[in-house]
Amino acid sequence: MSRDWPLWEVFIRSKGGLSHKHVGSVHAPDGELAVRHARDVYTRRLEGVSLWVVQSSDIVASDPAAAGPLFEPAETKVYRHPTFYDIPDAVTHI
Amino acid sequence: MYTTELGTPDPRAPVPLSKDDSDLVAAFEARVAADEFIEPKDWMPAAYRKTLVRQISQHAHSEIVGMLPEGNWLTRAPSLRRKAVLLAKVQDEGGHGLYLYCAAETLGTSREEMTEALHSGKAKYSTIFNYPTLTWADIGAIGWLVDGAAIMNQVPLQRTSYGPYARAMVKVCKEESFHQRQGYEIMMVMARGTPEQKAMAQDALNRWWWPSLMMFGPPDANSPNSAQSFRWRIKRDSNDGLRQKFVDITVPQAEFLGLTLPDPDLKWKEEKGRHDFGEVDWNEFYAVVRGEGPTAKERMKDRREAWEQGAWVREAAQAHETKRRAKLAA
Repeated sequence: MSRDWPLWEVFIRSKGGLSHKHVGSVHAPDGELAVRHARDVYTRRLEGVSLWVVQSSDIVASDPAAAGPLFEPAETKVYRHPTFYDIPDAVTHI
Repeated sequence: MYTTELGTPDPRAPVPLSKDDSDLVAAFEARVAADEFIEPKDWMPAAYRKTLVRQISQHAHSEIVGMLPEGNWLTRAPSLRRKAVLLAKVQDEGGHGLYLYCAAETLGTSREEMTEALHSGKAKYSTIFNYPTLTWADIGAIGWLVDGAAIMNQVPLQRTSYGPYARAMVKVCKEESFHQRQGYEIMMVMARGTPEQKAMAQDALNRWWWPSLMMFGPPDANSPNSAQSFRWRIKRDSNDGLRQKFVDITVPQAEFLGLTLPDPDLKWKEEKGRHDFGEVDWNEFYAVVRGEGPTAKERMKDRREAWEQGAWVREAAQAHETKRRAKLAA
């Protein structure tokens, strides 16, 4: 059994108007310290205006080995894209 | 900072391919050959995982140990500006170590295991950090040469096949450029200073030049690990190729400083379009890899002490969290 502090995934909002993006992880005993560690490790050069941390073990992920069947329905439905439809050039603003 | 991949115990032993399912291996190799990135939960051969854990953790250890020779000068930096800059650089090295430890942890090793491997002397780190920093000019030479060599090694690793490692390298490379420039600036000031200052700069260059060339690892002919690492895109350039490139770009930088590189065989070869240079003392390199570097014992002693002396902070933080949880539960 590891005596490491739990692992937290770190997300940064680089500036207002953008969503948080995953940048890496830190170890910390609790969320508050995880935010502090994330500040020191991932924002030494104004990389962000907001931080999220979430304990890594709380993340539920899809299985990469099952990526084929999982995303196949999106792949075969090309009619969901605007380029699927032929509209004559004469028709504008569409 | 950077370490080339140093195996343990025998740095030249190739990692054997295990009996992984050959279809999976073929699919994996096709993805890598197509320059796709491999991510933590993807299937990968055990030997790929093992090689990466070794290489990334050695790289992380190098960043962490790399704080020591420079930290040694924090209280003695010659001005407040230099002190602030050096502090920022040392803090970056700590950060780089942490990015890399996290990348290694995605492969299934734990931080604790890696820390213990370093502190017990089982794990390797870059040979360069087992040389002493005797004068302030050494801080200049380290930034210029050691970080310069590190950048040259790390830039191709931004496209290494393992996603978390490549992403860590992108961050590291972005931050490392300032390290090299602040070092070169120290050298410029000293080289244009009093004759004593210039002599200090030359002395530092004399001592750091050859160890810097060693940072690219053993000659290609003695690096049999490379073939597999190339195929798996863990390694993207040859040791000798990068070493040559480093020599070629550093020569004019030394000329600009008015300093002399300590190599009588160093000569520009017009017909080859590159410099010829003298043979690195590989016996010295392997001795330092074996842990016989001038400051190897001191570095590990300092590292262990820092870890042990920080134990009460880690314990207090844990106790605080335990108490908070108990209160919540009550």
